Amino acid sequence: MTDSKYFTTNKKGEIFELKAELNNEKKEKRKEAVKKVIAAMTVGKDVRYTFSDVSCTQDCEDPNPLIRALAVRTMGCIRVDKITEYLCEPLRKCLKDEDPYVRKTAAVCVAKLHDINAQMVEDQGFLDSLRDLIADSNPMVVANAVAALSEISESHPNSNLLDLNPQNINKLLTALNECTEWGQTFILDCLSNYNPKDEREAQSICERVTPRLSHANSAVVLSAVKVLMKFLELLPKDSDYYNTLLKKLSPPLVTLLSGEPEVQYVALRNINLIVQKRPEILKQEIKVFFVKYNDPIYVKLEKLDIMIRLASQANIAQVLAELKEYATEVDVDFVRKAVRAIGRCAIKVEQSAERCVSTLLDLIQTKVNYVVQEAIVVIRDIFRKYPNKYESIIATLCENLDSLDEPDARAAMIWIVGEYAERIDNADELLESFLEGFHDESTQVQLTLLTAIVKLFLKKPSETQELVQQVLSLATQDSDNPDLRDRGYIYWRLLSTDPVTAKEVVLSEKPLISEETDLIEPTLLDELICHIGSLASVYHKPPSAFVEGSHGIHRKHLPVQHSSIDTGESPVSGGPAAAMDQPHVIPSQGDLLGDLLNLDLGPPVNVPQVSSMQMGAVDLLGGGLDSLLGGDLGGGVGGSPAVGQNFIPSSVPNTFAPSPTPAPPATSSGLNDLFELSTGMAITTGGYAVPKAVWLPAVKAKGLEISGTFSRRQGHMYMDMTFTNKALQHMTDFAIQFNKNSFGVIPTSPLPVHTPLMPNQSIEISLPLNTIGPVMKMDPLNNLQVAVKNSIDVFYFSVLIPLNVFFVEDGKMERQVFLATWKDIPNENELQYQIKDCHLNADTVSGKLQNNNIYTIAKRNVEGQDMLYQSLKLTNGIWILAELRIQPGNPNYTLSLKCRAPEVSQYVYQMYDSVLKN
Amino acid sequence: GVCHSGSSASISPYPVASSSVTPTLTMSPFATSMNLLYCLLSPHLSNFASKVLICRNYKGDVDMSEIDHFMPLLMQHEEEGLLCPVMSHGNVHFMWIKHSNLYLVATTNKNSNASLVYAFLYKLVEVFTEYFKELEEESIQDNFVVVYELLDELMDFGFPQTTDSKILQEYITQEGAKLEVAKSKVPTTVTNAVSWRSEGIKYKKNEVFIDVIESINVLVNANGSVMSSDIVGSIKLKTMLSGMPELRLGLNDRVLFGLTGRDKGKTVMMEDVKFHQCVRLSRFESDRTISFIPPDGESELMSYRINTHVKPLIWIESVIEKFSHSRVEIMVKAKGQFKKQSVANNVEVRVPVPSDADSPKFKTSTGNAKYVPEKNLVVWTIKSFPGGKEFLMRAHFGLPSVENEEAESKPPITVKFEIPYFTVSGIQVRYMKIIEKSGYQALPWVRYITQSGDYQLRTNV
Repeated sequence: MTDSKYFTTNKKGEIFELKAELNNEKKEKRKEAVKKVIAAMTVGKDVRYTFSDVSCTQDCEDPNPLIRALAVRTMGCIRVDKITEYLCEPLRKCLKDEDPYVRKTAAVCVAKLHDINAQMVEDQGFLDSLRDLIADSNPMVVANAVAALSEISESHPNSNLLDLNPQNINKLLTALNECTEWGQTFILDCLSNYNPKDEREAQSICERVTPRLSHANSAVVLSAVKVLMKFLELLPKDSDYYNTLLKKLSPPLVTLLSGEPEVQYVALRNINLIVQKRPEILKQEIKVFFVKYNDPIYVKLEKLDIMIRLASQANIAQVLAELKEYATEVDVDFVRKAVRAIGRCAIKVEQSAERCVSTLLDLIQTKVNYVVQEAIVVIRDIFRKYPNKYESIIATLCENLDSLDEPDARAAMIWIVGEYAERIDNADELLESFLEGFHDESTQVQLTLLTAIVKLFLKKPSETQELVQQVLSLATQDSDNPDLRDRGYIYWRLLSTDPVTAKEVVLSEKPLISEETDLIEPTLLDELICHIGSLASVYHKPPSAFVEGSHGIHRKHLPVQHSSIDTGESPVSGGPAAAMDQPHVIPSQGDLLGDLLNLDLGPPVNVPQVSSMQMGAVDLLGGGLDSLLGGDLGGGVGGSPAVGQNFIPSSVPNTFAPSPTPAPPATSSGLNDLFELSTGMAITTGGYAVPKAVWLPAVKAKGLEISGTFSRRQGHMYMDMTFTNKALQHMTDFAIQFNKNSFGVIPTSPLPVHTPLMPNQSIEISLPLNTIGPVMKMDPLNNLQVAVKNSIDVFYFSVLIPLNVFFVEDGKMERQVFLATWKDIPNENELQYQIKDCHLNADTVSGKLQNNNIYTIAKRNVEGQDMLYQSLKLTNGIWILAELRIQPGNPNYTLSLKCRAPEVSQYVYQMYDSVLKN
Repeated sequence: GVCHSGSSASISPYPVASSSVTPTLTMSPFATSMNLLYCLLSPHLSNFASKVLICRNYKGDVDMSEIDHFMPLLMQHEEEGLLCPVMSHGNVHFMWIKHSNLYLVATTNKNSNASLVYAFLYKLVEVFTEYFKELEEESIQDNFVVVYELLDELMDFGFPQTTDSKILQEYITQEGAKLEVAKSKVPTTVTNAVSWRSEGIKYKKNEVFIDVIESINVLVNANGSVMSSDIVGSIKLKTMLSGMPELRLGLNDRVLFGLTGRDKGKTVMMEDVKFHQCVRLSRFESDRTISFIPPDGESELMSYRINTHVKPLIWIESVIEKFSHSRVEIMVKAKGQFKKQSVANNVEVRVPVPSDADSPKFKTSTGNAKYVPEKNLVVWTIKSFPGGKEFLMRAHFGLPSVENEEAESKPPITVKFEIPYFTVSGIQVRYMKIIEKSGYQALPWVRYITQSGDYQLRTNV
């Protein structure tokens, strides 16, 4: 080619000549001239005056559509502000060209011009022309118009350029079936910004998008996944369609992993998000994430991450076998991550903890330095998660002390030595050995070492006084690090003024560590789900974090299900519609209640005011409880802190039991009598308690037998136990601990056993409880896992807590509130039970129940049968509303329970049944 | 890393804007696709500078000097062992793939659709390969003009456009793209709903060749348990049909048989199916009919994945004993776990050996064993391996007295093979209906083959 010749013409009067040539009648000449213009522009000459003559503008009228299209494509590429005005007329024509090839090119040209001169594009009405093209008969034109509009609208976040209305959506969905694979991607990306007005519309769009999951192009598939993941939010979770759709999402995601490595990488980064948002989609597919030898490192690391997220009791054996294999590879980063993964499995799947620990010990035996160090770091976390379970391996860990050269590993080892100083004979020597090079250690190690030695001192004060002096002076007098100095001085002051308090502070019980780590914060996760397939989803960062000038842009968020908004608002707004609708569904009860409470249901004047205040509180708790009791907890998406906050304030007044040694029931004080009298329920002290049962048989606990029951007395909860020593040796050092449980039950004080328990001796223990501990949903809900330690061993057993110990004293609801609440709780939450063979009259029933903090709010006789309306409240703020129907001569009572957390209802029913029959 | 496009070669014979026009910077925070596309020659070992072969600036909002950061960044990542297909420098993001010794790099400063960018980059390789046979430094340099014309047709302002190379070849030709050629009209195909097939195709004899190819992926643990296995199937067409034929492919698809209530013979449950552009997806979604107007010539009509537990067709048992400072002894037993009437062809069992092994000695009950030192492998080749048979190979290597201190990775044993006239899933083409308005008779031909995919067996050593 001899294209370079155009760069050589360099005569005077050039512009004039060019203009003439551009207007030559011969096309050949004109072509030559254009090349000269471009060559001149390329070398930086001012050829502006020729633009009006440039053949582009004329070529827009050429009979050949290819030339018209090339002209319009070229015009947009001349990024010179001045010439754009010459382009308006030709562009306008091209946007209406008869040939779709020209129109699709013109559509993109509008975006190009907008990039250069946005104002002009708007003034000239090109945006309207572009919008018209959405209705074009040709799918490629539609796709390019959508792409151009999307591009433009991103710089005008507030304008509704795309005007996504159901009509346009329909046009897009039609074009989706016919345009090229790239066009399908533009349209799907655009659709994902649409907010369907209701679930029906969302479903019908999803139905038309789903076939795209079978497209061979991975970009089409991921963009379709994005639309479906967004619209899933709008579909009711219990609908068949919702579940069908979930099932359809899994196979195409898996197939993306057969693609090129870069495609796999993008897919894996997105799957990582999807697995966090909706773990159920891929929970069966763990095998496809097993790492292959020839996977690139970026694929390996991502697969590993997803494997941990999908690890569960069902697949843990396979996962562990794989992880062990990976841990013996040679790629350091991969191996480290594999070792970390084993630790995370131990923490996540309790049943596997033992196997994980033994795998880690095997790995430590390999003596591969970085494997050992990584293993020690994760073992520290396992110790924290399962206290008093695996400490026997400490000796093995200590053997590797010398090989630890990384701060993380050194700090972990030091923490372990300090935490278990009482079990490690030479803990002082070990810690002292670290002290020698104190000033060369990293801050992290220095701080840990300081704390560890203080712990050691508090546990073995007699032998370690010198050591603690030494570390305190190193930290305070010889260090320049302010954090270290501060901590050093705090400990020093604490130890010198009040060793008992120091012990309480330093050796206090640590909060348990969470099961899931590295979870993306939920609001960010939702935003990233809206960006599936894009760079944001690859980086796991919002676009604002890496795109300049996008800070003002609105962040994308998932659509909100409309019906859930309605439910959320109805109690506050208390609109007549909401108030009137409900009774239609359960007319008999509504009327009954209205009559009963002498309230006029018509004008909602009084009720909403009362209820809005009271219900606000109920809602707050309800919200927290939903996340506690809902299935979502499994994902653990940052739920626990919120739950905690909602919980503690409500339960503290009822359950905070300050007395460390409770008075045994027999010695009830005058105050208690007074209390009972004043509340007029001096029939028995406290409520119903199940007779003691054997919880831990002696054969299972090396001779220790524990039987027990739960009770609630004067507003406090107790675990009443009998410890019997059936072994031949005496037992000392008793301690008790509970696993996380549904109601956050923890002992208020240590086990009050102060003297050795001799063979054949029994003692009665009443352990005060409160409900301010960590919460985890258990199955059954009232299950409590207990660990009891003595000088012989640690023993585990689990018990079911009768729910009445959680029934609080202030569980009596105001009548109006009761009515409003009954109506507000959806009918599907109402559960009905039969209490059989009961021969009590209504008053006795009320009395018995009231002793257990189940309060009768109203009683009414309807056609000979007694209706009792009752309320009770749990320590965590859940209200349960009850209607008990007693027919004369019929020993079977009907109990209807309504509660925002209907999961508790069956346990409440069990209590009714037990209380009434005892 | 200076962009070469300013030279004469980049100026297309038709006034297509040169990429070297000064970019005007405007901020739009979102891009459907990438801004800039580069093709870089991988740096020579002696010289760290990479050479830019092609550069096309589609949007003009990323500075062209940014590419200078690419290669150093890549090397830094590689050194840290953290190679990644996405890298960033400042607010510029590089998405890249490597093809032989070329890097195809897309840059963006927006939140681009990453999956679209990679799909496009691979499409680019496909188109260039179909145009120039090989995509390499030489073929690019020899075809600058066509390359830039193609880049303009493949993408406009960062939006991928027409990427079907068969259609592109109808109006972008390699004969220097003279103006006379350009006069030829845009094939209506480009904007048709059927954008993959032109009208007016004629064959004397109308035939379709259908290849059903199944690849077996297996991962077997060192203790012999199958960790994962699946089948990836592919149905390829070679279409030699006149006009605009309507085709319908019938498979023994379990879901289809379930829908129609038919229950005859063996059916196959396809976990996931992917189709060529030409297949009507909504039709498939609603009644599992595979109906389409095929592209002319060769194409992949569909692929599918089957997640059933497959018995590994060639089972390998190996004993690899390493005696430090002295020798390695390898014993490999291969067993054909498929029907006696079938034969696996070109079987290759690749057994890893330590990198410092020497003086190989082999003994095989059949076939040939060869040491490939550059790959640290023994390759045992068996031309013809009947089902049910069992063969043995022994190898003996010396090890140096001074051992390699670096820990070596543990590559698995891999196996390659193909078994004709047989699909492991049992999938069958029940019919291929061909209807064209001219009413000609056409013959479909079907061929089945099963081959190894990612077939790995871990070893203890």
